[in-house]
Amino acid sequence: MHPAFSVIFLTTLIGVGQGLFLALYTGQLYALANLLPAQSSNFYAVGSMVSLALLFAGLIASFFHLGHPERAWRAATQWRTSWLSREVLALPAAMGLIFLYGTVHFFDLTKPLFVISGTLPVDFSLIIGGLGTLAVFGLFLCTAMIYASLRFIKAWYSPLTVANFLFLGIASGFMLAAAFSAYQGTSLVGFYGTWAVIATLFGLLTRVATLYRNGQFRCKVDLKSAVGVHHSQLEQKAQGFMGGSFNTREFFHGRSQRLLNLIRYAFLLMVFVVPVILILLAYALESETLPLLAFGIQYLGLILERYHFFTEAQHPQNLYYQSMA
Amino acid sequence: MTQLALVIDLNVCVGCHACVTSCKEWNTSGWAGPMTDLRPYDADPTGVFFNRVQTYEAGVFPNTETYHFPKSCLHCEDPPCVPVCPTGASYKREDNGVVLVDYDKCIGCKYCSWACPYGVREFDEQQKVMKKCTLCIDRVTDMTLPESERKPACVLACPTSARIYGDIHDPDSDVSVAIREQGGYPLQPEWGTKPSNHYLPRRKTRIQIHEDELVRVDNPLKKEELPTLPEAGETLDDVAW
Repeated sequence: MHPAFSVIFLTTLIGVGQGLFLALYTGQLYALANLLPAQSSNFYAVGSMVSLALLFAGLIASFFHLGHPERAWRAATQWRTSWLSREVLALPAAMGLIFLYGTVHFFDLTKPLFVISGTLPVDFSLIIGGLGTLAVFGLFLCTAMIYASLRFIKAWYSPLTVANFLFLGIASGFMLAAAFSAYQGTSLVGFYGTWAVIATLFGLLTRVATLYRNGQFRCKVDLKSAVGVHHSQLEQKAQGFMGGSFNTREFFHGRSQRLLNLIRYAFLLMVFVVPVILILLAYALESETLPLLAFGIQYLGLILERYHFFTEAQHPQNLYYQSMA
Repeated sequence: MTQLALVIDLNVCVGCHACVTSCKEWNTSGWAGPMTDLRPYDADPTGVFFNRVQTYEAGVFPNTETYHFPKSCLHCEDPPCVPVCPTGASYKREDNGVVLVDYDKCIGCKYCSWACPYGVREFDEQQKVMKKCTLCIDRVTDMTLPESERKPACVLACPTSARIYGDIHDPDSDVSVAIREQGGYPLQPEWGTKPSNHYLPRRKTRIQIHEDELVRVDNPLKKEELPTLPEAGETLDDVAW
Protein backbone atom coordinates (compact mmCIF):
# COMPACT_ATOMS: atom_id res chain seq x y z
CA MET A 1 0.00 0.00 0.00
CA HIS A 2 1.01 3.56 -0.54
CA PRO A 3 1.78 5.14 2.86
CA ALA A 4 -0.23 8.34 3.40
CA PHE A 5 1.38 10.76 5.80
CA SER A 6 -2.02 12.02 6.96
CA VAL A 7 -2.84 8.55 8.30
CA ILE A 8 0.68 8.03 9.68
CA PHE A 9 0.40 11.25 11.69
CA LEU A 10 -3.18 10.51 12.71
CA THR A 11 -2.42 7.09 14.17
CA THR A 12 0.86 8.03 15.85
CA LEU A 13 -0.32 11.34 17.32
CA ILE A 14 -3.55 10.00 18.79
CA GLY A 15 -1.59 6.98 20.04
CA VAL A 16 0.72 9.23 22.05
CA GLY A 17 -2.21 11.33 23.27
CA GLN A 18 -4.12 8.30 24.45
CA GLY A 19 -1.08 6.77 26.11
CA LEU A 20 -0.36 10.04 27.91
CA PHE A 21 -3.89 10.16 29.30
CA LEU A 22 -3.63 6.55 30.48
CA ALA A 23 -0.33 7.47 32.15
CA LEU A 24 -1.91 10.42 33.98
CA TYR A 25 -4.82 8.36 35.20
CA THR A 26 -2.59 5.48 36.24
CA GLY A 27 -0.49 7.94 38.22
CA GLN A 28 -3.63 9.25 39.92
CA LEU A 29 -4.75 5.74 40.83
CA TYR A 30 -1.33 4.91 42.29
CA ALA A 31 -1.40 8.14 44.29
CA LEU A 32 -4.87 7.22 45.55
CA ALA A 33 -3.52 3.92 46.81
CA ASN A 34 -0.67 5.86 48.44
CA LEU A 35 1.90 4.12 46.26
CA LEU A 36 3.01 7.41 44.79
CA PRO A 37 3.11 10.93 46.14
CA ALA A 38 -0.01 12.89 45.15
CA GLN A 39 0.53 15.40 42.38
CA SER A 40 -0.73 18.94 42.15
CA SER A 41 -3.93 19.35 40.15
CA ASN A 42 -1.91 21.53 37.80
CA PHE A 43 0.12 18.47 36.76
CA TYR A 44 -3.01 16.60 35.68
CA ALA A 45 -4.60 19.66 34.10
CA VAL A 46 -1.58 20.54 31.96
CA GLY A 47 -0.97 16.86 31.13
CA SER A 48 -4.58 16.46 29.97
CA MET A 49 -4.29 19.51 27.75
CA VAL A 50 -1.11 18.13 26.15
CA SER A 51 -2.92 14.84 25.54
CA LEU A 52 -5.91 16.71 24.13
CA ALA A 53 -3.68 18.78 21.86
CA LEU A 54 -2.09 15.60 20.45
CA LEU A 55 -5.49 14.05 19.77
CA PHE A 56 -6.62 17.28 18.14
CA ALA A 57 -3.50 17.37 15.96
CA GLY A 58 -4.27 13.79 14.92
CA LEU A 59 -7.81 14.79 14.07
CA ILE A 60 -6.55 17.66 11.91
CA ALA A 61 -4.10 15.30 10.17
CA SER A 62 -6.93 12.89 9.37
CA PHE A 63 -8.77 15.57 7.41
CA PHE A 64 -5.95 15.66 4.88
CA HIS A 65 -6.83 12.10 3.94
CA LEU A 66 -10.35 13.02 2.92
CA GLY A 67 -11.54 14.20 -0.46
CA HIS A 68 -14.43 16.04 1.16
CA PRO A 69 -13.56 17.01 4.76
CA GLU A 70 -16.63 19.25 4.91
CA ARG A 71 -18.75 16.10 4.84
CA ALA A 72 -16.73 14.37 7.55
CA TRP A 73 -19.63 14.64 10.00
CA ARG A 74 -21.43 12.05 7.91
CA ALA A 75 -18.78 9.53 8.88
CA ALA A 76 -20.49 8.80 12.19
CA THR A 77 -23.58 7.25 10.67
CA GLN A 78 -22.45 3.70 9.92
CA TRP A 79 -21.19 2.69 13.35
CA ARG A 80 -23.06 -0.60 13.12
CA THR A 81 -20.75 -1.91 10.41
CA SER A 82 -17.75 0.35 9.84
CA TRP A 83 -14.76 0.53 12.18
CA LEU A 84 -13.88 3.86 10.59
CA SER A 85 -17.26 5.19 11.67
CA ARG A 86 -16.70 3.82 15.17
CA GLU A 87 -13.34 5.58 15.30
CA VAL A 88 -15.02 8.82 14.27
CA LEU A 89 -17.31 8.44 17.30
CA ALA A 90 -14.68 7.19 19.74
CA LEU A 91 -12.19 9.98 19.00
CA PRO A 92 -14.40 12.94 20.06
CA ALA A 93 -15.73 10.88 22.97
CA ALA A 94 -12.21 10.35 24.25
CA MET A 95 -11.32 13.99 23.57
CA GLY A 96 -14.38 15.22 25.45
CA LEU A 97 -13.69 13.05 28.48
CA ILE A 98 -10.02 14.01 28.55
CA PHE A 99 -11.03 17.67 28.35
CA LEU A 100 -13.44 17.18 31.26
CA TYR A 101 -10.77 15.32 33.22
CA GLY A 102 -8.35 18.21 32.73
CA THR A 103 -11.01 20.80 33.59
CA VAL A 104 -12.03 19.02 36.80
CA HIS A 105 -8.40 19.05 37.90
CA PHE A 106 -7.86 22.63 36.75
CA PHE A 107 -10.74 23.91 38.88
CA ASP A 108 -9.79 21.53 41.68
CA LEU A 109 -13.21 19.90 41.78
CA THR A 110 -11.64 16.91 43.45
CA LYS A 111 -13.53 16.94 46.73
CA PRO A 112 -14.65 13.33 47.39
CA LEU A 113 -18.27 12.74 46.44
CA PHE A 114 -18.52 9.61 48.57
CA VAL A 115 -16.17 7.15 50.18
CA ILE A 116 -16.25 3.42 49.44
CA SER A 117 -15.74 1.19 52.52
CA GLY A 118 -14.17 4.03 54.39
CA THR A 119 -10.93 3.96 52.43
CA LEU A 120 -11.53 4.85 48.78
CA PRO A 121 -12.64 8.45 48.26
CA VAL A 122 -14.36 8.84 44.91
CA ASP A 123 -14.37 12.25 43.23
CA PHE A 124 -15.36 13.60 39.79
CA SER A 125 -11.90 13.12 38.31
CA LEU A 126 -11.84 9.43 39.26
CA ILE A 127 -15.19 8.76 37.54
CA ILE A 128 -14.42 10.83 34.45
CA GLY A 129 -10.93 9.33 34.26
CA GLY A 130 -12.42 5.84 34.41
CA LEU A 131 -14.80 6.64 31.58
CA GLY A 132 -11.94 8.29 29.68
CA THR A 133 -9.85 5.14 30.06
CA LEU A 134 -12.68 3.09 28.58
CA ALA A 135 -13.00 5.54 25.68
CA VAL A 136 -9.24 5.48 25.08
CA PHE A 137 -9.13 1.68 24.95
CA GLY A 138 -12.16 1.75 22.68
CA LEU A 139 -10.41 4.23 20.40
CA PHE A 140 -7.27 2.06 20.26
CA LEU A 141 -9.47 -0.87 19.26
CA CYS A 142 -11.35 1.13 16.59
CA THR A 143 -8.20 2.60 15.03
CA ALA A 144 -6.45 -0.75 14.84
CA MET A 145 -9.53 -2.64 13.65
CA ILE A 146 -9.81 -0.34 10.63
CA TYR A 147 -6.76 -2.24 9.38
CA ALA A 148 -7.13 -5.54 11.21
CA SER A 149 -10.64 -6.09 9.83
CA LEU A 150 -9.58 -6.07 6.17
CA ARG A 151 -9.44 -9.81 5.61
CA PHE A 152 -7.86 -9.46 2.16
CA ILE A 153 -4.81 -7.61 3.40
CA LYS A 154 -3.13 -10.47 5.17
CA ALA A 155 -0.32 -8.40 6.65
CA TRP A 156 -2.89 -6.52 8.73
CA TYR A 157 -5.55 -9.17 9.26
CA SER A 158 -4.34 -10.28 12.66
CA PRO A 159 -4.90 -9.56 16.38
CA LEU A 160 -1.23 -8.54 16.38
CA THR A 161 -2.23 -5.33 14.59
CA VAL A 162 -4.45 -4.35 17.53
CA ALA A 163 -1.74 -5.34 20.02
CA ASN A 164 0.84 -3.22 18.17
CA PHE A 165 -1.35 -0.12 18.06
CA LEU A 166 -2.17 -0.56 21.75
CA PHE A 167 1.35 -1.24 23.07
CA LEU A 168 3.09 1.32 20.89
CA GLY A 169 0.53 3.97 21.82
CA ILE A 170 0.88 3.21 25.52
CA ALA A 171 4.69 3.05 25.27
CA SER A 172 5.00 6.42 23.57
CA GLY A 173 2.39 7.97 25.90
CA PHE A 174 4.16 6.81 29.05
CA MET A 175 7.46 7.92 27.51
CA LEU A 176 5.96 11.38 27.03
CA ALA A 177 4.61 11.27 30.58
CA ALA A 178 8.12 10.53 31.86
CA ALA A 179 9.49 13.43 29.81
CA PHE A 180 6.66 15.66 31.04
CA SER A 181 7.27 14.85 34.71
CA ALA A 182 11.01 15.31 34.24
CA TYR A 183 10.28 18.70 32.71
CA GLN A 184 7.91 19.58 35.56
CA GLY A 185 10.44 18.37 38.10
CA THR A 186 8.06 15.88 39.70
CA SER A 187 9.23 12.60 41.15
CA LEU A 188 7.28 10.40 38.74
CA VAL A 189 9.99 9.97 36.11
CA GLY A 190 11.03 6.57 37.42
CA PHE A 191 7.43 5.36 37.65
CA TYR A 192 6.42 6.45 34.15
CA GLY A 193 9.77 5.44 32.71
CA THR A 194 9.43 1.92 34.10
CA TRP A 195 5.97 1.47 32.61
CA ALA A 196 7.15 3.01 29.33
CA VAL A 197 9.95 0.44 29.15
CA ILE A 198 7.54 -2.41 29.98
CA ALA A 199 5.07 -1.28 27.29
CA THR A 200 7.93 -0.81 24.82
CA LEU A 201 9.12 -4.37 25.45
CA PHE A 202 5.59 -5.71 24.95
CA GLY A 203 5.42 -3.69 21.74
CA LEU A 204 8.76 -5.14 20.66
CA LEU A 205 7.39 -8.63 21.23
CA THR A 206 4.23 -8.12 19.17
CA ARG A 207 5.88 -6.03 16.44
CA VAL A 208 8.67 -8.55 15.89
CA ALA A 209 6.05 -11.30 15.89
CA THR A 210 4.21 -9.33 13.17
CA LEU A 211 7.38 -8.93 11.12
CA TYR A 212 8.08 -12.66 11.47
CA ARG A 213 4.49 -13.56 10.56
CA ASN A 214 4.47 -11.30 7.53
CA GLY A 215 7.77 -12.72 6.37
CA GLN A 216 6.41 -16.26 6.54
CA PHE A 217 2.94 -16.49 5.06
CA ARG A 218 2.00 -16.70 1.43
CA CYS A 219 -1.24 -15.26 0.12
CA LYS A 220 -3.76 -17.99 -0.67
CA VAL A 221 -4.93 -16.12 -3.75
CA ASP A 222 -2.61 -15.97 -6.75
CA LEU A 223 -2.80 -14.71 -10.30
CA LYS A 224 -4.40 -17.97 -11.47
CA SER A 225 -7.32 -17.49 -9.13
CA ALA A 226 -7.47 -13.76 -9.84
CA VAL A 227 -7.85 -14.26 -13.58
CA GLY A 228 -9.35 -17.75 -13.43
CA VAL A 229 -6.83 -19.24 -15.84
CA HIS A 230 -5.21 -22.19 -14.12
CA HIS A 231 -1.99 -22.41 -16.02
CA SER A 232 1.44 -22.44 -14.42
CA GLN A 233 2.87 -20.07 -17.04
CA LEU A 234 0.71 -16.98 -16.87
CA GLU A 235 2.21 -13.64 -17.68
CA GLN A 236 0.75 -10.17 -17.95
CA LYS A 237 1.39 -8.55 -21.31
CA ALA A 238 -0.63 -5.34 -20.97
CA GLN A 239 -2.34 -3.63 -18.07
CA GLY A 240 -4.90 -1.85 -20.22
CA PHE A 241 -3.51 1.68 -20.08
CA MET A 242 -0.19 3.38 -20.59
CA GLY A 243 -0.18 6.11 -17.92
CA GLY A 244 -0.81 5.59 -14.23
CA SER A 245 -4.13 5.03 -12.56
CA PHE A 246 -5.57 5.17 -9.07
CA ASN A 247 -4.82 1.46 -8.72
CA THR A 248 -1.16 1.82 -9.57
CA ARG A 249 -0.72 4.79 -7.22
CA GLU A 250 -2.78 3.77 -4.19
CA PHE A 251 -1.68 0.17 -3.86
CA PHE A 252 2.03 0.37 -4.65
CA HIS A 253 4.62 2.09 -2.50
CA GLY A 254 7.21 2.25 -5.25
CA ARG A 255 10.09 2.01 -2.79
CA SER A 256 13.07 -0.29 -3.14
CA GLN A 257 13.48 -3.29 -0.88
CA ARG A 258 16.78 -1.79 0.23
CA LEU A 259 15.13 1.35 1.53
CA LEU A 260 12.40 -0.65 3.26
CA ASN A 261 14.99 -2.84 4.99
CA LEU A 262 16.74 0.32 6.12
CA ILE A 263 13.48 1.73 7.46
CA ARG A 264 12.78 -1.53 9.28
CA TYR A 265 16.11 -1.53 11.07
CA ALA A 266 15.78 2.19 11.78
CA PHE A 267 12.38 1.87 13.40
CA LEU A 268 13.36 -1.21 15.40
CA LEU A 269 16.26 0.78 16.77
CA MET A 270 14.44 4.07 17.27
CA VAL A 271 11.22 2.72 18.77
CA PHE A 272 12.53 -0.11 20.92
CA VAL A 273 16.25 0.06 21.59
CA VAL A 274 17.38 3.66 21.87
CA PRO A 275 14.51 5.00 24.05
CA VAL A 276 14.91 2.16 26.55
CA ILE A 277 18.64 2.84 26.85
CA LEU A 278 18.03 6.57 27.15
CA ILE A 279 15.38 6.18 29.85
CA LEU A 280 17.65 3.85 31.84
CA LEU A 281 20.46 6.39 31.50
CA ALA A 282 18.08 9.15 32.57
CA TYR A 283 17.18 7.13 35.65
CA ALA A 284 20.83 6.57 36.49
CA LEU A 285 21.91 10.15 35.81
CA GLU A 286 18.69 11.74 37.14
CA SER A 287 18.66 13.74 33.94
CA GLU A 288 15.80 16.08 33.07
CA THR A 289 16.40 16.23 29.32
CA LEU A 290 17.13 12.58 28.46
CA PRO A 291 13.49 11.41 28.87
CA LEU A 292 12.45 14.13 26.46
CA LEU A 293 15.06 12.92 23.98
CA ALA A 294 13.88 9.33 24.53
CA PHE A 295 10.33 10.32 23.66
CA GLY A 296 11.39 12.38 20.64
CA ILE A 297 13.40 9.53 19.15
CA GLN A 298 10.65 7.02 19.85
CA TYR A 299 8.07 9.22 18.17
CA LEU A 300 10.21 9.67 15.05
CA GLY A 301 10.70 5.91 15.09
CA LEU A 302 6.94 5.43 15.27
CA ILE A 303 6.49 7.48 12.11
CA LEU A 304 8.90 5.12 10.37
CA GLU A 305 7.13 2.16 11.95
CA ARG A 306 3.74 3.23 10.53
CA TYR A 307 5.37 3.93 7.17
CA HIS A 308 6.69 0.38 7.16
CA PHE A 309 3.30 -0.90 8.32
CA PHE A 310 1.71 0.44 5.14
CA THR A 311 4.44 -0.69 2.75
CA GLU A 312 4.30 -4.16 4.33
CA ALA A 313 0.70 -4.64 3.21
CA GLN A 314 0.22 -6.37 -0.13
CA HIS A 315 -3.20 -5.76 -1.59
CA PRO A 316 -4.65 -8.64 -3.65
CA GLN A 317 -5.60 -6.19 -6.41
CA ASN A 318 -1.86 -5.94 -7.15
CA LEU A 319 -2.18 -9.37 -8.78
CA TYR A 320 -3.78 -7.59 -11.73
CA TYR A 321 -0.76 -5.34 -12.12
CA GLN A 322 2.04 -7.86 -12.47
CA SER A 323 4.17 -5.48 -14.48
CA MET A 324 4.14 -3.09 -11.50
CA ALA A 325 4.40 -5.65 -8.72
CA MET B 1 -34.63 -11.27 -5.89
CA THR B 2 -32.93 -9.83 -8.92
CA GLN B 3 -29.14 -9.70 -9.16
CA LEU B 4 -28.00 -8.01 -12.32
CA ALA B 5 -24.58 -8.95 -13.58
CA LEU B 6 -22.29 -9.34 -16.55
CA VAL B 7 -20.92 -12.58 -17.89
CA ILE B 8 -17.77 -12.16 -19.95
CA ASP B 9 -16.82 -14.80 -22.45
CA LEU B 10 -13.04 -14.98 -22.56
CA ASN B 11 -13.34 -17.34 -25.50
CA VAL B 12 -14.46 -14.52 -27.79
CA CYS B 13 -13.05 -11.34 -26.24
CA VAL B 14 -10.48 -10.01 -28.67
CA GLY B 15 -9.24 -7.14 -26.50
CA CYS B 16 -10.44 -4.35 -28.80
CA HIS B 17 -11.26 -2.01 -25.88
CA ALA B 18 -14.61 -1.08 -27.44
CA CYS B 19 -16.27 -1.73 -24.07
CA VAL B 20 -13.75 0.57 -22.37
CA THR B 21 -14.35 3.51 -24.68
CA SER B 22 -18.08 2.97 -24.86
CA CYS B 23 -18.27 2.84 -21.06
CA LYS B 24 -16.28 6.02 -20.77
CA GLU B 25 -18.36 7.80 -23.40
CA TRP B 26 -21.70 6.86 -21.87
CA ASN B 27 -20.86 7.32 -18.23
CA THR B 28 -18.82 10.49 -18.46
CA SER B 29 -21.91 12.36 -19.61
CA GLY B 30 -24.44 10.35 -17.63
CA TRP B 31 -25.56 9.87 -14.07
CA ALA B 32 -22.11 8.79 -12.89
CA GLY B 33 -20.12 11.43 -14.74
CA PRO B 34 -17.83 13.11 -15.26
CA MET B 35 -15.07 10.53 -15.55
CA THR B 36 -12.05 12.72 -15.16
CA ASP B 37 -9.12 12.69 -17.57
CA LEU B 38 -6.08 14.45 -16.19
CA ARG B 39 -3.19 15.54 -18.40
CA PRO B 40 -4.55 13.60 -21.41
CA TYR B 41 -1.85 14.87 -23.77
CA ASP B 42 1.07 15.05 -21.33
CA ALA B 43 3.69 12.55 -20.36
CA ASP B 44 1.76 11.28 -17.36
CA PRO B 45 -1.88 10.89 -18.38
CA THR B 46 -4.32 9.41 -15.93
CA GLY B 47 -8.03 9.18 -15.47
CA VAL B 48 -11.03 7.30 -14.23
CA PHE B 49 -12.23 4.18 -16.01
CA PHE B 50 -14.93 1.84 -14.79
CA ASN B 51 -13.74 -0.94 -17.00
CA ARG B 52 -10.23 -1.88 -18.03
CA VAL B 53 -9.07 -4.65 -20.34
CA GLN B 54 -5.83 -6.38 -19.43
CA THR B 55 -3.94 -8.93 -21.44
CA TYR B 56 -2.32 -12.09 -20.16
CA GLU B 57 -0.48 -14.84 -21.96
CA ALA B 58 -0.61 -18.44 -20.85
CA GLY B 59 1.91 -21.02 -21.87
CA VAL B 60 5.37 -21.00 -23.45
CA PHE B 61 6.02 -20.15 -27.07
CA PRO B 62 4.86 -21.52 -29.42
CA ASN B 63 2.11 -23.11 -27.32
CA THR B 64 0.63 -19.89 -26.06
CA GLU B 65 -2.81 -18.46 -25.70
CA THR B 66 -3.62 -14.81 -25.19
CA TYR B 67 -6.30 -13.89 -22.71
CA HIS B 68 -7.89 -10.50 -23.00
CA PHE B 69 -9.38 -9.94 -19.62
CA PRO B 70 -11.92 -7.13 -19.10
CA LYS B 71 -12.49 -6.28 -15.46
CA SER B 72 -15.03 -3.95 -13.89
CA CYS B 73 -16.91 -3.96 -10.60
CA LEU B 74 -18.18 -7.49 -10.05
CA HIS B 75 -21.24 -6.36 -8.05
CA CYS B 76 -20.57 -8.94 -5.33
CA GLU B 77 -23.52 -10.50 -3.57
CA ASP B 78 -21.64 -9.89 -0.32
CA PRO B 79 -19.70 -6.74 -1.23
CA PRO B 80 -16.86 -6.02 1.24
CA CYS B 81 -16.79 -2.36 0.15
CA VAL B 82 -20.29 -1.61 1.51
CA PRO B 83 -20.03 -2.34 5.27
CA VAL B 84 -16.70 -0.48 5.63
CA CYS B 85 -18.03 2.78 4.21
CA PRO B 86 -18.29 5.19 7.16
CA THR B 87 -20.97 7.39 5.59
CA GLY B 88 -23.25 4.90 3.89
CA ALA B 89 -22.30 6.38 0.52
CA SER B 90 -21.41 2.94 -0.77
CA TYR B 91 -24.53 0.81 -1.04
CA LYS B 92 -26.06 -2.17 -2.77
CA ARG B 93 -29.41 -1.60 -4.42
CA GLU B 94 -32.12 -3.71 -2.83
CA ASP B 95 -34.12 -4.22 -6.01
CA ASN B 96 -31.46 -5.30 -8.48
CA GLY B 97 -28.25 -5.88 -6.51
CA VAL B 98 -26.17 -3.22 -8.27
CA VAL B 99 -23.43 -1.76 -6.02
CA LEU B 100 -23.35 2.04 -6.26
CA VAL B 101 -21.78 5.12 -4.69
CA ASP B 102 -23.80 8.13 -3.57
CA TYR B 103 -21.46 10.93 -4.68
CA ASP B 104 -23.18 13.44 -2.44
CA LYS B 105 -22.38 11.40 0.66
CA CYS B 106 -18.89 10.12 -0.26
CA ILE B 107 -16.14 11.80 1.77
CA GLY B 108 -13.35 10.33 -0.35
CA CYS B 109 -11.60 8.40 2.43
CA LYS B 110 -10.75 5.57 -0.05
CA TYR B 111 -11.47 2.93 2.61
CA CYS B 112 -13.81 1.05 0.24
CA SER B 113 -11.02 0.72 -2.31
CA TRP B 114 -8.83 -0.87 0.36
CA ALA B 115 -11.61 -3.30 1.20
CA CYS B 116 -12.18 -4.40 -2.41
CA PRO B 117 -9.84 -7.28 -3.33
CA TYR B 118 -10.43 -6.74 -7.05
CA GLY B 119 -9.24 -3.15 -7.30
CA VAL B 120 -12.24 -1.98 -9.27
CA ARG B 121 -12.98 1.25 -7.42
CA GLU B 122 -11.23 4.37 -8.56
CA PHE B 123 -10.82 7.71 -6.84
CA ASP B 124 -11.68 10.71 -8.96
CA GLU B 125 -8.87 13.22 -8.37
CA GLN B 126 -11.02 16.11 -9.55
CA GLN B 127 -14.36 15.42 -7.87
CA LYS B 128 -12.63 13.84 -4.85
CA VAL B 129 -15.10 10.99 -4.59
CA MET B 130 -14.97 7.27 -5.24
CA LYS B 131 -16.24 6.02 -8.57
CA LYS B 132 -16.95 2.62 -9.97
CA CYS B 133 -18.95 0.67 -12.55
CA THR B 134 -22.66 1.37 -12.12
CA LEU B 135 -23.68 -1.35 -14.57
CA CYS B 136 -25.09 1.68 -16.42
CA ILE B 137 -27.85 1.91 -13.85
CA ASP B 138 -29.25 4.96 -15.65
CA ARG B 139 -29.65 2.94 -18.85
CA VAL B 140 -30.83 -0.38 -17.51
CA THR B 141 -33.55 1.16 -15.36
CA ASP B 142 -34.69 3.70 -17.94
CA MET B 143 -38.13 2.45 -18.98
CA THR B 144 -38.34 4.99 -21.79
CA LEU B 145 -35.69 3.09 -23.71
CA PRO B 146 -36.70 0.11 -25.85
CA GLU B 147 -35.88 -3.14 -24.05
CA SER B 148 -33.09 -4.03 -26.47
CA GLU B 149 -31.22 -0.88 -25.40
CA ARG B 150 -31.80 -1.34 -21.68
CA LYS B 151 -28.34 -2.83 -21.35
CA PRO B 152 -24.97 -1.51 -20.16
CA ALA B 153 -23.03 0.48 -22.74
CA CYS B 154 -20.19 -2.06 -22.78
CA VAL B 155 -22.59 -4.87 -23.66
CA LEU B 156 -24.11 -2.92 -26.54
CA ALA B 157 -20.67 -1.96 -27.84
CA CYS B 158 -18.99 -5.36 -27.80
CA PRO B 159 -18.47 -6.38 -31.43
CA THR B 160 -18.00 -10.06 -30.65
CA SER B 161 -20.81 -10.34 -28.10
CA ALA B 162 -18.33 -11.38 -25.46
CA ARG B 163 -20.44 -9.68 -22.81
CA ILE B 164 -23.79 -11.03 -21.69
CA TYR B 165 -25.99 -9.12 -19.29
CA GLY B 166 -28.88 -10.25 -17.14
CA ASP B 167 -30.21 -11.52 -13.84
CA ILE B 168 -28.06 -14.33 -12.46
CA HIS B 169 -30.76 -15.26 -9.94
CA ASP B 170 -33.15 -16.12 -12.75
CA PRO B 171 -32.21 -19.70 -13.75
CA ASP B 172 -33.60 -19.19 -17.26
CA SER B 173 -31.78 -15.95 -18.08
CA ASP B 174 -29.04 -15.84 -20.73
CA VAL B 175 -26.40 -15.26 -18.09
CA SER B 176 -27.48 -18.16 -15.87
CA VAL B 177 -27.66 -20.54 -18.82
CA ALA B 178 -24.21 -19.43 -19.99
CA ILE B 179 -22.70 -19.88 -16.53
CA ARG B 180 -24.32 -23.28 -16.13
CA GLU B 181 -23.55 -24.67 -19.54
CA GLN B 182 -20.12 -23.18 -20.19
CA GLY B 183 -18.59 -23.45 -16.75
CA GLY B 184 -18.75 -19.79 -15.75
CA TYR B 185 -16.53 -18.94 -12.80
CA PRO B 186 -16.11 -16.00 -10.40
CA LEU B 187 -12.78 -14.26 -9.66
CA GLN B 188 -10.89 -14.93 -6.42
CA PRO B 189 -13.70 -17.08 -4.99
CA GLU B 190 -11.53 -17.74 -1.91
CA TRP B 191 -12.62 -14.49 -0.28
CA GLY B 192 -16.28 -15.45 -0.16
CA THR B 193 -17.48 -12.16 -1.62
CA LYS B 194 -19.60 -14.06 -4.16
CA PRO B 195 -18.99 -11.83 -7.19
CA SER B 196 -22.05 -11.61 -9.43
CA ASN B 197 -20.07 -11.09 -12.62
CA HIS B 198 -18.79 -14.35 -14.02
CA TYR B 199 -16.27 -15.30 -16.68
CA LEU B 200 -16.65 -18.04 -19.27
CA PRO B 201 -13.45 -19.99 -19.78
CA ARG B 202 -11.60 -20.57 -23.01
CA ARG B 203 -12.84 -23.64 -24.82
CA LYS B 204 -10.21 -26.22 -25.61
CA THR B 205 -8.63 -25.86 -29.01
CA ARG B 206 -6.05 -28.02 -30.67
CA ILE B 207 -3.31 -26.64 -32.82
CA GLN B 208 -0.85 -28.60 -34.88
CA ILE B 209 2.52 -26.92 -35.04
CA HIS B 210 5.07 -28.08 -37.56
CA GLU B 211 8.52 -26.94 -36.65
CA ASP B 212 9.45 -26.03 -40.19
CA GLU B 213 6.54 -23.59 -40.25
CA LEU B 214 7.96 -21.59 -37.39
CA VAL B 215 10.74 -20.15 -39.54
CA ARG B 216 9.99 -18.08 -42.61
CA VAL B 217 11.45 -19.64 -45.66
CA ASP B 218 11.94 -16.28 -47.38
CA ASN B 219 14.11 -14.82 -44.68
CA PRO B 220 17.25 -13.92 -46.61
CA LEU B 221 18.96 -12.12 -43.76
CA LYS B 222 18.41 -15.02 -41.40
CA LYS B 223 17.60 -12.52 -38.66
CA GLU B 224 14.96 -14.69 -37.12
CA GLU B 225 16.04 -16.56 -34.07
CA LEU B 226 13.88 -19.16 -32.45
CA PRO B 227 13.82 -19.60 -28.73
CA THR B 228 14.77 -23.07 -27.67
CA LEU B 229 11.65 -25.05 -27.15
CA PRO B 230 11.15 -26.90 -23.90
CA GLU B 231 11.57 -30.62 -24.37
CA ALA B 232 8.68 -31.52 -22.14
CA GLY B 233 6.49 -29.78 -19.65
CA GLU B 234 3.02 -28.52 -19.24
CA THR B 235 1.11 -27.89 -22.43
CA LEU B 236 -2.17 -26.12 -22.67
CA ASP B 237 -3.97 -29.43 -22.96
CA ASP B 238 -2.65 -30.59 -19.60
CA VAL B 239 -4.33 -27.77 -17.78
CA ALA B 240 -7.34 -28.71 -15.71
CA TRP B 241 -10.10 -26.23 -16.39
